[in-house]
Amino acid sequence: MDGTDAATTAGTTGVRLRVLERLPVLLLGSLVVLLLLLSLGIGPVRVSPGAVLAALAGGGTEETRIIVQEIRLPRAILAAAVGASLGLSGAALQGLLRNPLAAPELFGAPQAAALGAVLVIATGLADVLSFVLPIAAIAAAFVSVFALLVVAGRNASLLLLILSGLALSSLAGAGTALTMNLAPNPFAALEISFWLLGSLEDRSLRHVMLALPFIVAGAAVLASQRHAFRPLGLGEEAAASLGVDVARTRLLVILGVALGVGGSVAVSGTIGFIGLIGPHLVRPLVGYDPARLMLPSALGGAALLLSADIAVRLLPATTSVRVGVLTALIGVPFFLWLILRERRALGGGLG
Amino acid sequence: MSAASYLVADGLRVALGGRQVVHDVSLALPRGHLAALVGPNGAGKTSLLRALAGLVPAQGRVMLGGDDMGGLAARERARRFAYLPQGHVVHWPLPVRDIVALGRYPHGATDPARLGRRDTEAVERAMRAADVVAFADRPVTALSGGERSRVALARMLAVEAPVVLADEPVASLDPYHQIEVLALLQRTARAGAVVIVVTHDLGLAARFADRVLVLEAGRLVGDDVPGVALGPAPLAEVFRVGAYRSGHEGQPVIVPWSAV
Repeated sequence: MDGTDAATTAGTTGVRLRVLERLPVLLLGSLVVLLLLLSLGIGPVRVSPGAVLAALAGGGTEETRIIVQEIRLPRAILAAAVGASLGLSGAALQGLLRNPLAAPELFGAPQAAALGAVLVIATGLADVLSFVLPIAAIAAAFVSVFALLVVAGRNASLLLLILSGLALSSLAGAGTALTMNLAPNPFAALEISFWLLGSLEDRSLRHVMLALPFIVAGAAVLASQRHAFRPLGLGEEAAASLGVDVARTRLLVILGVALGVGGSVAVSGTIGFIGLIGPHLVRPLVGYDPARLMLPSALGGAALLLSADIAVRLLPATTSVRVGVLTALIGVPFFLWLILRERRALGGGLG
Repeated sequence: MSAASYLVADGLRVALGGRQVVHDVSLALPRGHLAALVGPNGAGKTSLLRALAGLVPAQGRVMLGGDDMGGLAARERARRFAYLPQGHVVHWPLPVRDIVALGRYPHGATDPARLGRRDTEAVERAMRAADVVAFADRPVTALSGGERSRVALARMLAVEAPVVLADEPVASLDPYHQIEVLALLQRTARAGAVVIVVTHDLGLAARFADRVLVLEAGRLVGDDVPGVALGPAPLAEVFRVGAYRSGHEGQPVIVPWSAV
């Protein structure tokens, strides 16, 4: 009878958790929908939310239909998908490495993906076969995250991971610079350098079709591994003793991150710090549970990039500010603040 | 080996990075026994424990109740061998109940918010046994060292495995908690499990163990009741110490006294 009592108590806790668990997802989901509508309405021609909905449903004037469906919808979809992918990648890396400061952009993944893409652009291969672009970006991102975990070793401290990440992103940056340096056409170099800043401007449905399959595949791979993150929170050895195939999880997370980041970078250039900030903002909402963090992080990442992409369109500037520049401007101080807060843990990594 | 032997290891060898750290260890333990695994630093105690749990590649055989554990899926094996590594780290401030619920992971309960009835009951039993019910809803990172180690034990007990392998579960605990933890592991053994505890504390080994396994440089050099396995000669040869010896409440008292 003792056991029955206990089971009832725990059952109630379970119900309470389930409601609490859905709430952040519902709120964040609504926020993303709201921002999507806003994103479709903002630009040189303002379209009211009502007219946006009408245009999406196939109504309204032909002009607003073209603006909303053909010009702004691909951009909004990409902002949401790329943001979600980066947020999810950050949450997965944090779960795998049991560290709140892990993020794809700190590990050089987007920089490596950019190098892969730039090589393809410079050789002119991307003009012939468009799908080569995301595949090259994904392959480069995979190699860089894999190399990072090999260099840093098992149970690496955060300090080791970030140092290795710094080295890898510098190497990727140097490779990109060299490619531009050697580019036969100065306009190609200029085009590449602008593309590297990260932007969602003038993206078409073609870009969406190019990136989305990879982003979705990456998200599916990452989501499939989420339950391993809780036992991994006890350390790799304890997780293995509970039946987690740690090596397999590690490989699948690297693959998922590479698919998501590579697919994103291929169409948007390097957009940083969403993978760091997204999970961080939503973590308190899910009780610091690394598995429950995944979906809210994706939604948080989508909301962040949508907001940033709306902000660059509202900034009063003669030349449009690139969204990647804006996320870096916000992200780097945020990162510094996180370092300040986690200083003791970071110092502990030294010893 | 007698019919009562439940956990049997036969010619176990472990090599790490090309170096042989466990040499040809064979042992047979019955259910209900608590065995202390002792030996100087670097003797291979942790490697032997990992090999039994299937966490490192090892040669030789591990049998449980007559079944060969070789080639068993990780999760199947995890249900049979509950393993407590050193340190008891938890990287996220999760509530104690969710940590303990991870003990049900090998049974397919991957989400602590959606435990079945059997899993919930096992978690409650483990929390009561390790006396962590009082802080079941507090984040584990807010607990003291003694409380955290009891949570780690509860997590291990929640597996309800027939074999319990604990690597230095009492290191860095005060005497009260050391005795409590070992008494709990002894009760777990009496309830029908095979319990192997790695410890450096020879006094506690003598006080609580039914068997003492002595490991030296990767070889099993002693396997007997505490009074014999920790006799004057093995203590001098393996541990290079002399000890004060006595008895109390029918148990041997061994206090390492001087370096030989």
